[in-house]
Amino acid sequence: MNPIRPLADIVRNRTAPENPSANAGRSITVRSLSAFYGKHKAIEDIDLDIHPGVVTAIIGPSGCGKSTMIRCINRMHEVIAGAYATGSVLLDGEDIYAPDANPVRMRRRIGMVFQKPNPFPTKTVYENVIAGIRLNLPKMTKAGYDEAVEKSLRSVALWDEVKDKLHSSGASLSGGQQQRLCIARAIAIEPEVLLLDEPCSALDPTATLKIEDLLFELKEAYTIVLVTHNMQQAARASDTTAFFLADERHAGHLIEQGPTQDMFMHPKDQRTEDYISGRLG
Amino acid sequence: MRSRSEDRKFAQRRVRGVVNAGIAVALTVLAVSALFVIVGHIFVNGVGSLNLDFFTKIPKPYGETGGGIAQAILGTLAMLCLAAIIAVPIGVGTAIYIAEIGRGRFAQMVRFAIELLAELPSIVVGVFIWALLVRNITGYSGIAGACALAVIMIPIIARSVEEILKLVPDSLREAALALGTPRWKVVLFIVIPTVLPGMFTGIMLAVARAAGETAPLLLTSLGNAFFNFDMRKPMAAMPLQIYSYAVSPYDDWHKKAWASTLVLIALVAVLSGAVKFFTRRWKHESH
Repeated sequence: MNPIRPLADIVRNRTAPENPSANAGRSITVRSLSAFYGKHKAIEDIDLDIHPGVVTAIIGPSGCGKSTMIRCINRMHEVIAGAYATGSVLLDGEDIYAPDANPVRMRRRIGMVFQKPNPFPTKTVYENVIAGIRLNLPKMTKAGYDEAVEKSLRSVALWDEVKDKLHSSGASLSGGQQQRLCIARAIAIEPEVLLLDEPCSALDPTATLKIEDLLFELKEAYTIVLVTHNMQQAARASDTTAFFLADERHAGHLIEQGPTQDMFMHPKDQRTEDYISGRLG
Repeated sequence: MRSRSEDRKFAQRRVRGVVNAGIAVALTVLAVSALFVIVGHIFVNGVGSLNLDFFTKIPKPYGETGGGIAQAILGTLAMLCLAAIIAVPIGVGTAIYIAEIGRGRFAQMVRFAIELLAELPSIVVGVFIWALLVRNITGYSGIAGACALAVIMIPIIARSVEEILKLVPDSLREAALALGTPRWKVVLFIVIPTVLPGMFTGIMLAVARAAGETAPLLLTSLGNAFFNFDMRKPMAAMPLQIYSYAVSPYDDWHKKAWASTLVLIALVAVLSGAVKFFTRRWKHESH
């Protein structure tokens, strides 16, 4: 029996977004991107196209540079001492690595959710959601903040669970709730792109499913990039998949990219098939 | 089934465990008892001389009994306040630079310099301030004393605050940076609020240490037997008062030295206790 079958079965049947041009999301075009930690090269010469209105999954074994890749998209890679990137990342044609591009401003447009839920521990649920607005956007009225909190929490399906404890600590929520709170915090500043770096690796299966369902809703409004080491998750939640691999001779690089369904049923590259079927990594 | 030799091995391990734990407990008791002996001895010798006059009056001349150390308590508090006002921004700022902003060689050098400063004998600090300020600019004064204490406090604050900042997980900084927050705002509004109670504790540590310093004050604030509210003039301080009472030939002054020591210890304890209490309450309220 083809070992890929079971995985292909869980790929959701999906329709292309009905009206992609109406989407608020942006396309991302990565061209010859390499990233370094000091002298160590983590990813090498990546060309990748990320489309609006769909979820793009980046999969690959540990150490293949998928997290590095996603952190380059909002220039979070360079906040680590000694880390830098070369090449270009175009956000709707605008190079975020242009010499005059401001990384801080870019990050406002490209939100990010991390592997471990990281709500601000000294802030309440309410303050966590509006943290980005308060820190970086013009002042709002109390009603404006209230509205932003409700809207963001509703769009991550957390409102009903936390509406009675908006003013208790964000750290008092469960892990899955904390992660959805972090997504709410990221979308409260209305970014154009949402990057998720293994957002479910610290969560149980139920919480994972909730987040995956959420991605389905959110992709209408945001361009979504999902890094995951979990192939089932890529199969369930993404429309397009990119497979990364590092070997002895090369730092992490792109092996192939394509619609998730095709990728899981008819991988073009032998290495992709090996990885998907569990013979690699 | 365990074999006989295994049984013996387990018995040996148990004995060794008990012996090790016993040694650790004994050494702990030794360390803690040193503190109790010191505090107990000071209490027994000092408590007899405590009365209202001791806190409200200035010293009486030689040969007369009575009087107090009010001017020294006042001087210590005034100089500690001014020293903290000088040292807290510099110390905290240095810590933030080393832990949050500085990268590479220069930050390393700053850290090394702070370590050297912390290890400087306090009399050297006194000589330094004497040469820098007392000799030509301020003369013996409360201001010079406060500056000397500030030099003592800066490295203690910088090092303890740096340690505390390092405890803040990077995931927190990244969360804020990913929202498009400039680094200075991340430090000011995300990192520092998280560590505020710990920061106060570090500052109190420095204040407590400076409160007991004698050597730097000998050459800077000089001491004063009278009330002095003017920090441009020589100022009394409790450690100086203890020193001059302790080296005097009078029994009554020896007693007062003990009493002053007791008050100094109590002052430091009350100060740090108050800070602990308030930061804990503040922490609860914010939750």
